[in-house]
Amino acid sequence: MRFVDEFRDPEVVNTVAEEIRWLTDPGRRYRFMEVCGGHTHAIYRFGLKDVLPANIELIHGPGCPVCVLPMGRIDDGLELGRQPDVIFAAFGDMMRVPGAHGSPLEHKARGMDVRIVYSPSDALKLARANPERHVMFFAIGFETTAPSTALTLMRAKAEGIKNFSVFCNHVTIIPAIRAILDSPDMRLDAFIGPGHVSTVIGCRPYEWIARDEKRPIVVSGFEPLDLLQSIVMLLRQIKARTAIVENQYTRVVPWEGNRAALAAMAEVFELRPFFEWRGLGFISQSALRIREAYAEWDAERRFEVAGVRVTDPKAAQCGEVLKGVLKPVQCKLFGRECTPERPVGALMVSSEGSCAAYYNYEHRKALGRQHATV
Amino acid sequence: MAHGAGGKATRRLIDGIIAPLLLPHVTEALGDSALVDVNGSGIAITTDAFVVTPLRFPGGSIGELAVNGTVNDIAVSGATPLAMVASFVLEAGLPMRVLEAEVRAMAQAASEAGIAIVGGDTKVVEHGKADQMYITTTGIGLLRPGLTLGPRSVRPGDKIVVSGPIGDHGITILLARGELDLEADLRSDTRSVLPLVDAMLSVAGAGVRWMRDPTRGGVATTLNELALDTGLGIHLVEEWLPVRDEVRGACELLGLDPLHIANEGQFLAIVAAEYAEVVPGTIIGEVKDEPAAAVLVTTGYGGSRIVDMLVGDPLPRIC
Amino acid sequence: MCLAIPGKIVELIADQPNLATVDVNGVRRRVDLGLLVDEHPVPGDWVLIHVGFAMSKISERDAAEQMRTLRILGEDQAAMDEVRGYGLESS
Repeated sequence: MRFVDEFRDPEVVNTVAEEIRWLTDPGRRYRFMEVCGGHTHAIYRFGLKDVLPANIELIHGPGCPVCVLPMGRIDDGLELGRQPDVIFAAFGDMMRVPGAHGSPLEHKARGMDVRIVYSPSDALKLARANPERHVMFFAIGFETTAPSTALTLMRAKAEGIKNFSVFCNHVTIIPAIRAILDSPDMRLDAFIGPGHVSTVIGCRPYEWIARDEKRPIVVSGFEPLDLLQSIVMLLRQIKARTAIVENQYTRVVPWEGNRAALAAMAEVFELRPFFEWRGLGFISQSALRIREAYAEWDAERRFEVAGVRVTDPKAAQCGEVLKGVLKPVQCKLFGRECTPERPVGALMVSSEGSCAAYYNYEHRKALGRQHATV
Repeated sequence: MAHGAGGKATRRLIDGIIAPLLLPHVTEALGDSALVDVNGSGIAITTDAFVVTPLRFPGGSIGELAVNGTVNDIAVSGATPLAMVASFVLEAGLPMRVLEAEVRAMAQAASEAGIAIVGGDTKVVEHGKADQMYITTTGIGLLRPGLTLGPRSVRPGDKIVVSGPIGDHGITILLARGELDLEADLRSDTRSVLPLVDAMLSVAGAGVRWMRDPTRGGVATTLNELALDTGLGIHLVEEWLPVRDEVRGACELLGLDPLHIANEGQFLAIVAAEYAEVVPGTIIGEVKDEPAAAVLVTTGYGGSRIVDMLVGDPLPRIC
Repeated sequence: MCLAIPGKIVELIADQPNLATVDVNGVRRRVDLGLLVDEHPVPGDWVLIHVGFAMSKISERDAAEQMRTLRILGEDQAAMDEVRGYGLESS
């Protein structure tokens, strides 16, 4: 596959891994946070930890839009789905996320009309094809996905499609990074920046991290060579004692971002004054809601939303794991009450949630060793 | 609902509820067929229900799946298929021509596979109580002498062989449902694997330790079951897995792993190392002592990851 | 957090401005080009696809440049190894 396979070349990976070893000082630890859940997934999928020296620690950040949704929002969405004649449409990522009364898939088993869509435009297509029903699209995602929802709403309005609405749970990345840096438990040397969010917002929004917080940040692609090259760039900055924003993912990320995408977002969305993030609490100006001009397509205004706050079970430590303060295995429920089969929190459901990644890729290796000693 | 997808939930349903109540005498690990002794001859018997939407798809239909699926379960147990019976649960209102088309497809598949359909049953249920048509087939076969197939025969050092490209069937079905708006030149791989099993057994004989067909839940689920049954480590090499371009493209696009996707015309075999190069198929890995009871995939950089059994159906993701 | 895959624009859809058929390793899908209005993508261009929308045009030049940079690392290392082999460093 073009633009994929060449960035997975094992020979070049070895070369870059060698460069990383050359650049690391054996006497110190390096703590890099990869903000984006997609990077977490890639690191595990390609076994990149096995390629890095032991003194580079990769800490998983909160960039998983499924993981950071508080359970109450899922319940609200499912409540909307229960309205008569409503088709509940959402990405596959949402389907197994537990609400207080079960996940969307469990609701489907009990008779709710739940459909998986790959694109918000497919949800709109469902609305066109089912004029006697109402299609409610449960929208999630950071700035990567928000412009697509925005364009879809613009099209719905232009075509006058009335049987369609969006339950908007889009969140923004910068406040999440701020919350991490403000957290007293956090000791981080540098950031691996989210590559696909940056195709929309560009690299400028990260300048304060380098300038004010004095941490290097490299905006990275998702293939093994992208991540390894980004780590090389971070190590070089640390060696040179600089802290600037760099773009490793130049083939796809424009420094100034995508004007048309930002314009679509500005047309349809505005910032909520505050929004609750699982684990990070209430953060101001961190999430999007639909503007007045598109109120007719806003599920929260079309329908009554209970707005219930549902806290995670006391023992669940989703918040601390999200912030990178705890490793998944340190959560009391990990691997016992909370497994991918019976998840307590979204971090165990989402394929880029740290807990799911850790459980699926690393934990079983450790278990395997335990078996062997019995 | 996750219980039908073929992974962990299905296993819990079987191990936890069905086996203890219905099969208290079975101590052998549950393979694809059960073995019954009849006057000194080994008879393999297997049954399977077939549920698929849409009923017809590129490369086949539910009728073909129903015949080939049962033939394959018998074949990988080391038995020669003899006969099968079929039962139909039909939704009221199903057009006759749809039923006729499937019965024709079954007759054709049975003829190609060399098995006779000797009987069956039909029930009609109310509209809404079945997804158009469910077909259950039950087959019997005569065990070949001299084989000791099963998890207990598997040894560290044995190689893992797959008969052909993986993921074709599951991705074809996913695309055929039309919900994802994807198109590809892809067909289900449904076929009888009997000729390939024959070829393998005639070359390697008792050097074949174990065979299974990786249907729902994919290669990962089947090999995880083997890992659990043997307590050994199953090592796969990512670059050696045969995957068609289109299956790879669809999996990358949807965030799926080909190892979790259903196959209907392939089988996996564990083969003694000395025979692995000469049997038909592709070597995809090796059995080792560790990690115990797990399946490990090594990537091209000496890195590795554990591949677990599927939890429910493979779901497309956007994150 | 964002699964995005490179695909090649095969054709623009005749009566639908902003829609194109994109190919990913033989799998084809309609992709919305509405976020790339400034770039005027045409058949043959490669784009990054996320949830059925094209996010960015892929720069073949930048991709090639990146691979070149990374491969040179290897040559540098080989040169360094050779120089070390001369035994000129003081022990």
